[in-house]
Amino acid sequence: MRLFVSEGAPGSLPVLAAAGRARGRAELLISTVGPEDCVVPFLTRPKVPVLQLDSGNYLFSTSAICRYFFLLSGWEQDDLTNQWLEWEATELQPALSAALYYLVVQGKKGEDVLGSVRRALTHIDHSLRRQNCSFLAGETESLADIVLWGALYPLLQDPAYLPEELSALHSWFQTLSTQEPCQRAAETVLKQQGVLALRPYLQKQPQPSPPEGRAVTNEPEEEELAILSEEEIAMAVTAWEKGLESLPPLRPQQNPVYSRLRQWNTLYLCGTDEYGTATETKAMEEGLTPQEICDKYHIIHADIYRWFNISFDVFGRTTTPQQTKITQDIFQRLLARGFVLQDTVEQLRCERCARFLADRFVEGVCPFCGFEEARGDQCDKCGKLINAVELKKPQCKVCRSCPVVKSSQHLFLDLPKLEKRLEEWLGRTLPGSDWTPNAWFITRSWLRDGLKPRCITRDLKWGTPVPLEGFEDKVFYVWFDATIGYLSITANYTDQWERWWKNPEQVDLYQFMAKDNVPFHGIVFPCSALGAEDNYTLVSHLIATEYLNYEDGKFSKSRGVGVFGDMAQDTGIPADIWRFYLLYMRPEGQDSTFSWTDMLLKNNSELLNNLGNFINRAGMFVSKFFGGYVPEMVLTPDDQRLLAHVTLELRHYHQLLEKVRIRDALRSILTISRHGNQYIQVNEPWKQIKGSEADRQRAGTVTGLAVNIAALLSVMLQPYMPTVSATIQAQLQLPPPACSILLTNFLCTLPAGHQIGTVSPLFQKLENDQIESLRQRFGGGQLEETLDLKAKTSLKPTVAETGTTAGPQQIQALMDEVTKQGNIVRELKAQKADKNQVAAEVAKLLDLKKQLAVAEGKPPEAPKGKKKK
Amino acid sequence: MAAAAELSLLEKSLGLSKGNKYSAQGERQSPVLQTNNGPSLTGLTTIAAHLVKQANKEYLLGSTAEEKAIVQQWLEYRVTQVDGHSSKNDIHTLLKDLNSYLEDKVYLTGYNFTLADILLYYGLHRFIVDLTVQEKEKYLNVSRWFCHIQHYPGIRQHLSSVVFIKNRLYTNSH
Repeated sequence: MRLFVSEGAPGSLPVLAAAGRARGRAELLISTVGPEDCVVPFLTRPKVPVLQLDSGNYLFSTSAICRYFFLLSGWEQDDLTNQWLEWEATELQPALSAALYYLVVQGKKGEDVLGSVRRALTHIDHSLRRQNCSFLAGETESLADIVLWGALYPLLQDPAYLPEELSALHSWFQTLSTQEPCQRAAETVLKQQGVLALRPYLQKQPQPSPPEGRAVTNEPEEEELAILSEEEIAMAVTAWEKGLESLPPLRPQQNPVYSRLRQWNTLYLCGTDEYGTATETKAMEEGLTPQEICDKYHIIHADIYRWFNISFDVFGRTTTPQQTKITQDIFQRLLARGFVLQDTVEQLRCERCARFLADRFVEGVCPFCGFEEARGDQCDKCGKLINAVELKKPQCKVCRSCPVVKSSQHLFLDLPKLEKRLEEWLGRTLPGSDWTPNAWFITRSWLRDGLKPRCITRDLKWGTPVPLEGFEDKVFYVWFDATIGYLSITANYTDQWERWWKNPEQVDLYQFMAKDNVPFHGIVFPCSALGAEDNYTLVSHLIATEYLNYEDGKFSKSRGVGVFGDMAQDTGIPADIWRFYLLYMRPEGQDSTFSWTDMLLKNNSELLNNLGNFINRAGMFVSKFFGGYVPEMVLTPDDQRLLAHVTLELRHYHQLLEKVRIRDALRSILTISRHGNQYIQVNEPWKQIKGSEADRQRAGTVTGLAVNIAALLSVMLQPYMPTVSATIQAQLQLPPPACSILLTNFLCTLPAGHQIGTVSPLFQKLENDQIESLRQRFGGGQLEETLDLKAKTSLKPTVAETGTTAGPQQIQALMDEVTKQGNIVRELKAQKADKNQVAAEVAKLLDLKKQLAVAEGKPPEAPKGKKKK
Repeated sequence: MAAAAELSLLEKSLGLSKGNKYSAQGERQSPVLQTNNGPSLTGLTTIAAHLVKQANKEYLLGSTAEEKAIVQQWLEYRVTQVDGHSSKNDIHTLLKDLNSYLEDKVYLTGYNFTLADILLYYGLHRFIVDLTVQEKEKYLNVSRWFCHIQHYPGIRQHLSSVVFIKNRLYTNSH
């Protein structure tokens, strides 16, 4: 059976905690999916966790999954447990979802949160007291305890929401929370972020109906904004009024990186790692020397980054004298401290080419599956790692003659000896740091299996020479010296490099990579640096992504499937659009898929209709109605609430980016512009401007506030879309200090009387023909390969499609319909048309949206709030 | 149908002679049963499972671990999803999901009639009664299942019998 869980989905907690019960009784595979993935083919709405049984049936209820695990362990059902579980589903869950929604999505605190669950908590406390037992259904922990604990944990793990006076509940909760299965489940699901980890999940949930006794207004905007406390609003207003004065003096810099927006002293570097077998192979293929190949590709890479507007302070390379100097120094220090071993290794040697054959220079028959073209390190068919000498019928890739096994002396980094230091360091570094869960998990699993000595030399010519007698014709293994490249690249950039790299107290090192590189950054390099005992700066935050797939399969250079860096500029799509879409789809937490159709949709819906539309309208109103000067703003309580609301979202943006949740933070930007659009739509400045003096003033306030939100968005956008950001700032003539500093408060940066520039549209619609031809050019429909690839990527649940999948033409047609219908609705509302008529048109619009969602193979979105504009 | 009435109906279906008295509790008017030999029980599905055991028909709760879990899952579905929603949209999503689930099943657990079928039948009755002929045809698998359960000996009691047409009328809509 297979269990699908999702980080940040609360139901995953009890299920993981109970899963241990099934161990040894059934084979259980656990897969992580996104909270919105539709795993169960027959359910319209996404549901996680889900257990797929061996019979093919599904359990999609959290309690039922836990119950099943308990039943497998021989537990028998009883009335009392049934009663607790029914109570949990019908009484506790609604109260708890409301509390979590208020806390996480709406940012409420204290009694506003606790109020909705207090009665349920008291009920548990009383029951525990009345029965005078430590657990809900007796003296031992059982199903009811796990299910209720899992439901309550996200809220109660914050002591503020575990009332002291409920002492029985208190001790029950503490007992369960300290048990190992529960602890582990909590770590996996909440990732040490506490209740914030649930935010992406909760945001997708419909807003809970307000608790009794509270007046319900019919205005959805009112309802959504009314959640802020008075102080929050007052604080937001004060900050807003201070405006430009509160900005700190500007440090000279212009590069679009978040930490620079925060005025943190940042060094941003990257480089090409140029040594190793791959280079030698490629050089041979192209008939160049390794150095020439490196020069050629370094320029290509640098150009790509430049085109994408990635603003490294330095983009360096590893084939430099500094690299040799620093690598050899670290090696000498390791050697002197006894962390280097010597051993003999059996290796394949081609007598005709007179050299040892590194992994990729040899091919043969896979010893595991019999695949004919297995490489020396790994079989492409069965994916198993191979030791080159185990290959059957090995062949030298260059001359095709049969190599012989020869022994060769090599040096090893004594990782077992460094293991303890590594663990101590991790123990100090990890708590409170922002390692991504996969980085942490991979590192931990290496440590759990025990470290083994790792060979750090190779029989190659292209590499950093080994400064030791007897090893003159050998070089360092590329993964020993590639990570040292960061140091040498800095050394080439500034002679003060040691102030960055030997300064762990003051420097916070973030390293970004795909997950396959984690062992080298999380284990091998830290071990080298710790062993060298030279006070090196070690990684504080290891940020690893999952993989990005292409359309239905994988990117593959050899098969010509996918868009690669150097091709992106030939597509005619601006770099900023690429940046936006790739970051929007950034594989954070799970694999994601690049899809042309989706890129078109996101561009046309999010950028064009949401973000671009808002910023353009705000600017146009200033130009058209107020002659290009920002009007006077007289804030009403509604406007003040909007201020507070934008501030709240801005704080979320900061919170997320500080945690390097780049993809989620982008959504905060889009949320703000959605609020902005709604605000304009409700207040209709284009009508007010024609009315009385008071109406005109209202139009001025709305326009002024909107254009200030646009200014804020331009700064928030800077790390994501630097060119677009600069364009907006030029259009609005945003004063220079406000352009490149982002505070945690929303300020009035465009005060009344400020003159803006010429406003023009920011984004272009992507047309279907254009996208379709790009898809064909870069190999979209790889039908013949899908079967093979599905087998390999089966970790992802295959989402059953409902109905027939629509072609991109149909999708485009539907999108046009949605836009058209949306305009009809907007016009009707603007004309204050008859309510029933509006409702009928809205229903049509919703239906069209649903059709569109089905055509795209997505589940229809659960509506947020009650009404949607 | 109030929970107490539904439980009385279930008692008859199970062949339990003595009728229990139920009180109601809380906002949701959850039924409460005062048992002879212990504390009271609260909640529709909890009491229903208790009655099944009283009637010595435990097979209605499922015989394997898997069946037991599936029965409880659909009982939970009954009280959270079927009872929780009354908007037309929600009910249609629910019927659509159920229709797709029942595509390859005779009963909710697959091949065995269980308490889940009984309570879901009781819970859905008020919605199915109101469906148009076209909708019944649209949710063909739900209709087949519902029709089957209402003819199951002793289940329907005084509830109205819903008519399903055997011939398809709207062939184009499929």
